[in-house]
Amino acid sequence: MPEPEYSVAVENLVKRFGDFVAVNQLNLKVRKGEVFGFLGPNGAGKSTTIRMLCGLLKPTSGHALVAGYDVARKPEAVRQNIGYMSQKFSLYNDLKVIENIRLFAGLYSVPSKDLQGRIEWALAMANLKGQENLITGTLPGGWKQRLALGCAVLHKPPIIFLDEPTSGVDPISRRQFWDLIHQMAEEGVTVFVTTHYMEEAEYCNRLALIFRGKMVALGTPSELKRDSMKGELLLIECEPLGKAVEALQSAPDVMDAAVFGNALHLVVLDVATAIPRMWKYLADQGIAIGRIEKIRPSLEDVFVSLTAAREAGQEYKV
Amino acid sequence: MSFPRVLAVAKKEVVQILRDSRSLLIVVIMPVTLMLLFGYGVSLDLKGLPVYVYDQDGNQQSQDLLKRFQNSEYFKVVSVVDGYPAMTRALDDGRAKMGIVIPWDFSQRLRDGGPVQVQALVDASDDNTANVLIGYAQAVVQGYSAEIQLNWLRERGQSVQPAPVSIETRTWYNEDLESSAFIIPGVLALVMSVIGAFLTSLTIAREWERGSMEQLISTPVSAMEIMLGKLTPYFILGMFDVLVCAVIAIYWFHVPFRGSALTLLFSSALFLVVVLSLGFFISVVAKNQFAASQIALLITFLPAFLLSGFLFSIEQMPIALQWITRIFPARYYVSLLKQVFLKGTPTALLYADLIPLAVFALVLALLATRSFHKRLE
Repeated sequence: MPEPEYSVAVENLVKRFGDFVAVNQLNLKVRKGEVFGFLGPNGAGKSTTIRMLCGLLKPTSGHALVAGYDVARKPEAVRQNIGYMSQKFSLYNDLKVIENIRLFAGLYSVPSKDLQGRIEWALAMANLKGQENLITGTLPGGWKQRLALGCAVLHKPPIIFLDEPTSGVDPISRRQFWDLIHQMAEEGVTVFVTTHYMEEAEYCNRLALIFRGKMVALGTPSELKRDSMKGELLLIECEPLGKAVEALQSAPDVMDAAVFGNALHLVVLDVATAIPRMWKYLADQGIAIGRIEKIRPSLEDVFVSLTAAREAGQEYKV
Repeated sequence: MSFPRVLAVAKKEVVQILRDSRSLLIVVIMPVTLMLLFGYGVSLDLKGLPVYVYDQDGNQQSQDLLKRFQNSEYFKVVSVVDGYPAMTRALDDGRAKMGIVIPWDFSQRLRDGGPVQVQALVDASDDNTANVLIGYAQAVVQGYSAEIQLNWLRERGQSVQPAPVSIETRTWYNEDLESSAFIIPGVLALVMSVIGAFLTSLTIAREWERGSMEQLISTPVSAMEIMLGKLTPYFILGMFDVLVCAVIAIYWFHVPFRGSALTLLFSSALFLVVVLSLGFFISVVAKNQFAASQIALLITFLPAFLLSGFLFSIEQMPIALQWITRIFPARYYVSLLKQVFLKGTPTALLYADLIPLAVFALVLALLATRSFHKRLE
């Protein structure tokens, strides 16, 4: 079979559970060697999508090709070409590290001549050399995740699916985990990863923002930050914050106001006109202002503004 | 079908069993415990039932009669009392199953040649035991009466033949009429049900609950390979327990073994396929350890206990219930076990049980394979 153009190609993918539409008309394409992030809050449909792409759930309608194979019609061919890490840690806690590795090597039919090499590789990658005989359940969270990743890629699959691989893992381990992901991507592996951590999303080559089963934006992190926000972002330092946010939410020209740390983020249509108005408006309310300035939005700002628009029932083109 | 993949799953399962003390306990201790429990604890034989005696007469003849009770293996005279209240209390609190009251004019009336009645007070809260007791007591008293009549006739110079008609019995298959020989072979059906259905339904449902099944089915391993890999270790453990139980039955409880070992192993293998398939099917449907294990016990262990002829003879059940027993595979297995241990029926005659059992095995194995898909829905 010729190498497919895209590692993952999804067309009008829909998954319905009864009346609930978990994934709604999803379209996306992931290139070989890309780290593709799937960002969204819990319940947005991320896991459902990834499970369909791994052949674990049957799509209600639409098509998805993974490694060139239709996930609904050729799930076994898909599974030969993927590694999958489910959201919940699902290696066997009562097995030793090495027993888990050998099990998955057996399930993926790793040829016996490669076996020792792959075991060594997985142990080195998970930083578990010399710890082969530990019971898996006793490992710290970050080690478990690396072991799970190692087990999922023992057969050197061209595509890996990671469902919230770093949830519940400390920041340093998370960082190490992402280093591994980028290493694999450099070797040409396509990585499809879901997350609800905004800072993690920055590590991805491209991102799809998903909300309530629908994709609300797609692009590189910088594209999203540049293009996806309706309006511009102001940072306001003022006192007291609570009173200010209340006042600003009903102020004219303000599309959204939220507390970020010890300051406010304000979404306005036009910065030039908004800044002088805000000074006046807040001063009239008796609020002490430190500074007001235009800032570049973070992914979180983009995400909040896009989902807030959805919540309000407005739809606009990205 | 890839044999190495089946082996990978099976190896993992074996390691998990060996590392889990609870499943080891069930595999090793449970068969022995059940054997001992049913071998010693459950006896359908009535022997040495406690009897209280109130002898108002206290004469040579009343003593003769009481000696006959004493000498019967079915009764044990545990106390002689001198009034009704003591006897009533003993019956009330279960110290006595029967009270015998010999009237004050017992020997007087016997001398006069008149009829005399001996009172037996029987605890009939368990009607079955009571019926048997009454029968035994009547036999004792009839024997005594017959002797008195004979003596009476002899004294008058008549030659009499004692007991003109008698019955000569030969008990086959269970010569000593030991109920343990009847019960013990059937214990195997209980053990197989627990190993096969209960234990496997737990292990498979556990994979669903913990999420490891999701990881497993995301790999190229096929549904059939998962099923074979997970069930084979339990099949081997089940066969191991067949041997353990057979050894205990034959060498500890001295239950005769007259059939062929091959028949025992073959029918046990068939029954194991039945219960393993059921356990697998249930856990695929239930996907929850608690529900799966409860359902497994309900549809395998309970029928093996009540509706298989293990303790309660199927021929004595109401007709409707007899028909119902036919839909439970345990019935055929227990029948095979009793035949292979006690009767040694040639294999050709065992087909009446072997064929239905084989059909169940085939149908349920198919059902189990069909029920399991590598999907999360």
